[in-house]
Amino acid sequence: MPLSPALLALTLASLTQASLLLLASGFALRILRHWDLNSGSERQLELERRTYLVASLVAWVFGASLLSLLLFVYHAEQLSSQFVGAMCATGVLNANAWGWPALYLKMALFFAGAAWLLLNRVDNRAPDYPLVRPKYALLLLIAPLALAEALVQGQFFAGLNPDLITSCCGALFGPDSKGVAAELAGIDPAVSLTALYLSGLTVLASGLIYRWRGWGGHLFALAAAFGFGVALVAIVSGVALYVYEHPHHHCPFCLLKTGHDLVGYALYPPLFAATALALGVGLMTTWRRVPSLEGIIAAEGRRLAGMALILFAIFHGVATWLVLRSNLVLLGSG
Amino acid sequence: MIRLAQVSKVFNQGRHNEVRAVRDLSLELDTRGITVFKGPSGSGKTSLLAMIGCLSRPTSGRIHLEGRLISNLPERFMTAVRRDTFGFIFQRFNLIRGLTVLENVMLPAYPLAPAPSTLRDRALDLLRQFHLAERANNQAEWLSGGEAQRTAICRALINRPRILIADEPTANLDSQLSRELLALIGDLADQGKGVLISSHDPLVFDHARVSRVVELRDGRLA
Amino acid sequence: MRALLRRQRYLLDYSLSSLARRPGKHLALLLVYTLIVFLLASTLLFTQSLRREAALVLAESPELIVQRLLAGRHELMPADYLHRLGRLRGVSESYGRLWGYFYDPAVKANYTLLVPRQDPPAPGDVILGTGVARARGLGVGDYLSLRSARGEPFSFKVAALLEADTELVASDLILLGPEDFRRFFAFPADRYTDIVLRVPNPSEVRKVAEKIALALPDTRPILREEILRTYDALFGWRQGVVIVLLTGALLAFVIFAFDRAAGLSAEERREIGILKAIGWETGDVLRMKFWEGAALSLTAFLAGYLLAYVHVFFFAATLFAPVLKGWAVLYPDFSPLPFVDGLQVATLFFFTVFPYTVATIVPIWRAAITDPDQVMR
Repeated sequence: MPLSPALLALTLASLTQASLLLLASGFALRILRHWDLNSGSERQLELERRTYLVASLVAWVFGASLLSLLLFVYHAEQLSSQFVGAMCATGVLNANAWGWPALYLKMALFFAGAAWLLLNRVDNRAPDYPLVRPKYALLLLIAPLALAEALVQGQFFAGLNPDLITSCCGALFGPDSKGVAAELAGIDPAVSLTALYLSGLTVLASGLIYRWRGWGGHLFALAAAFGFGVALVAIVSGVALYVYEHPHHHCPFCLLKTGHDLVGYALYPPLFAATALALGVGLMTTWRRVPSLEGIIAAEGRRLAGMALILFAIFHGVATWLVLRSNLVLLGSG
Repeated sequence: MIRLAQVSKVFNQGRHNEVRAVRDLSLELDTRGITVFKGPSGSGKTSLLAMIGCLSRPTSGRIHLEGRLISNLPERFMTAVRRDTFGFIFQRFNLIRGLTVLENVMLPAYPLAPAPSTLRDRALDLLRQFHLAERANNQAEWLSGGEAQRTAICRALINRPRILIADEPTANLDSQLSRELLALIGDLADQGKGVLISSHDPLVFDHARVSRVVELRDGRLA
Repeated sequence: MRALLRRQRYLLDYSLSSLARRPGKHLALLLVYTLIVFLLASTLLFTQSLRREAALVLAESPELIVQRLLAGRHELMPADYLHRLGRLRGVSESYGRLWGYFYDPAVKANYTLLVPRQDPPAPGDVILGTGVARARGLGVGDYLSLRSARGEPFSFKVAALLEADTELVASDLILLGPEDFRRFFAFPADRYTDIVLRVPNPSEVRKVAEKIALALPDTRPILREEILRTYDALFGWRQGVVIVLLTGALLAFVIFAFDRAAGLSAEERREIGILKAIGWETGDVLRMKFWEGAALSLTAFLAGYLLAYVHVFFFAATLFAPVLKGWAVLYPDFSPLPFVDGLQVATLFFFTVFPYTVATIVPIWRAAITDPDQVMR
C-alpha cells in the first residue's frame, strides 16, 4: 500500500464522515422515537435543537464528500506513475476490484447528502416540521452508505500493489478488451452523442412539464439520473475523443488536466450540480400533498428545477462546444 | 389581542431542583396601551413575559397572538414571530460592548437583511428621534445609563414591532431617568404601540399612562 | 436570492467585527493554525518538488540499463557483451558507460565520477558539479587533486562547472575523459560499468528486457520506468511518514481548536444570548460562527501556505531539508521551480481546515442553542 499524504487524508476524511453520520443517526433514532411537536417539554426542546446539529453534521459530510471526490481522482491520477500500465487515473482505479466501486460510492454519498439537505431545507420552512420522521429515517439509510464508502475505499487502498500490472484507458476501453467499460467505450460516438441529446431533451421536457404543471417531479428526477448516466457514457465514448483528438483515448479523468485546458471543470460541476438538484426535486415532490408544505414544495421545487435545467443546459452547451471546436472528424465524413 | 390558556412553565423538569415559575395561568391582554405585570421577584412575571414574547415556550397550555397559536411553534418560527411582533427592552440594557451605538441599534435587523442603506437610514432616524444622533458612532460602553436605555429602545424599535416588552426597565435608573423613560414609553403607546412591562417599581405601576396592572404571586394571578 | 446573499454579508460583517473585538483570544489560535498549515505545506511542497526534479532528470536518462551480476553482486560489464547483445528490434542505440563513486576524505563526501558519452572532457580536464565545486572551493581554471586507486595524487584542471538547474542529482558529479577515468580507478580496459540501451517506443521496453535476460543470463536489465516508480513511491512514502509524525501536532491542534471554541467567555455567552433575544435565530448564530471559522481558516491557510511557499522555494526549505532530502552528504543548493498543485492544496485542506471544522462544529452548535430568554433571567 503506498503511503501518501492524499491517501491518508482520504482515509481520515472517510472515517470522519462515517463517524459523524453514525453520530447523527444516533440523534435520528432518538428523534424518531420521542419527537412530539405538541409537547412543551424540555426534551422536545432539546430534540428540536439537536436538529440544528444534525443538519450541520450532514452539511459537513456533504461538503467533505464533494472535496474527497475531487481529491480521490487527483490522487489516482498521481498514483498512475507508480503502476505499470497505468497512464492516468483510470489505470489506478483498475488496479483492483474496489477502485470503481469506491468512486461510485463517493458519488452516491454526494447525491444522497445533497438531496437530504434540500429536503431538510424545505421541511424547515413549515412550522409543523411535517417531514421530521421520513427525513430522519432517510438519514439512517445514508449512514450505511458512508460506512460502505469508507470500507470500500480502505479495501481499494490496501489492495494497491505497485507490482501489479494494470490496464489503462487504452487497454480498458480498447477494442480488444471485454467488460462493461470496453462495451461502453466501444459505443459508436454517433450513437452515444445522439443518446446524450435525446436524454437532454427528455430532461428538458420533464423539467418544463414539472415547472408548468407542478407534477412529474419523480419523472424529472428519474430523467435526470438517467441523463447523468448517459452523460458519463457519452463523455467516455464520445466527448473525450473530441477533446483529446484521438480516436482511442477515452479517459474521463484526463479532462481535468491542464494539458486539455481543464475542460473537465466546465463539464463535470454543472452536470453534478444539476443532477443533485433534480434528485432533490424528485425527493421533495414525494410529499407535495402534505398540507403545510404544499405551497412551499411547489415554489421551491419549481425554483430548483429551473436551476437544474440551466445547469444541464450549460453542461450540454460545453459538451457541444467541445465536439464542434475539435479537429477530430469521426462523424459525417466517414 | 393576546390570549393565554392554562399556561405553565416548569424549569429543570423532572429533576430535584424543579421550579414551577408559572402555574395554570389564563389571561387575556389588549395589545394596545400599557400593561404592567407587578409582583415580587420570583412571582413568575419575567417567565410570563418571555413566553408571551416568544422567547420561550410554555411547558403546557396555549398562547394565541391575534388568533394565531404561537405556543407550539418550533424555535425557528417563534423567532420569526418575535422579530416581526415584539421589541425588547431589558433590565440591564444588554448592549453589546465594542460595537457602536448605531451598530447596536441595527443588530436585530441583520437576519432580515434589508438593504444596508435603508437600514442605516432607519436606525439614524430612530437615534435622532431619541436625541442620540451625535452618539451614533460612539462605543456602546461609553454611554450613560439614560443614553444606554434610550439606545436599547431604539434597538427594540428597529424592526418596527407592534408590541414592546420591557423587563424591569427602571431597575438600573434613578427616579429622574425613570420618569423620562416612562414619558418616552407613554409617547410610544400614544403612537399605537402596545407595551408590556414587568416591574415592582411603584413609579411604574402607579404611572398615569398605565392602562392595566396585572398582579402576580407564585406564578398565579394574585 | 439577493436577500440571502445580503444576510450572509451582514452575518459575515458581524463575525469579522466580533473577531476584531477579541484579538487576543483569536491571535493564539490563528498563530497555531498558521504554524500547522506551514509545517504540513512545507513538507508537501518540498517532497513534491524533489520528486519533480528527480523525474525531470530521469526523463533524460536511457530507457534501459543492463548490469552484470556475479554471485548476485554488481560486476563490471565485459565490453564484448555489447557485441553479444547484437541488434535488438526496437533498440535505437546501445553503448557502454563508465562511472563510479569516489570517497573524498578531505571533505568526507562521496563523489560520482562519470564519463559523459558526448564531448567528454579533454585528458587532464574535469567538469564539476556545483556541490563538489562548493565543497572544495574550486572555480573554473583551478586544479582538483585527488588520490587515485593506486595511491598516487592526480591533478585535474577544472574546465567548467555544471549548470545548476539539475542540482539535485548532479551536485556531486565529476565529469572526466575515459582515459583519465580508467587510469584514476585502475579500471580494466575491456570493461564498462554497465550497458545502456535506448528504446524509443515505451511499449517495446519490456519485450527488449525479456530478450536481454534470455541472451545474457548473467545480467540484470533495469527499466527507467521502474526507477521512476521507485522514486515516486519512496518520496510519497517519505511524505506519508512525515505526515504521520505530524499527526501528533495535528491532534494537539484539534484539541486546542475544540477547547477554544468550547471555552466561551462569559462575555461571549452574554453576547450570543443578547443576539438570540433580540431576534437572531439559532441558524443565524450558527452561520455567523461558521463565517468566523471560515475567516480564521482562510487567513491561516493562506498565510501558512504562503510562508511555506517562500520557505521552500526561496529559502530552499532550510528548516527540514536535512530530514527529507536523502542520503548524500553533499547537500545540493536546491532551488526548485515554484509550482502550485491542486492535489496538494486539496490534501492540505483536508489535513487542516477539515479537522478544524470538525473540532468546532459541536461547540459552535452548543453556543448557538443558548436560551433566548437567558438574558432576562
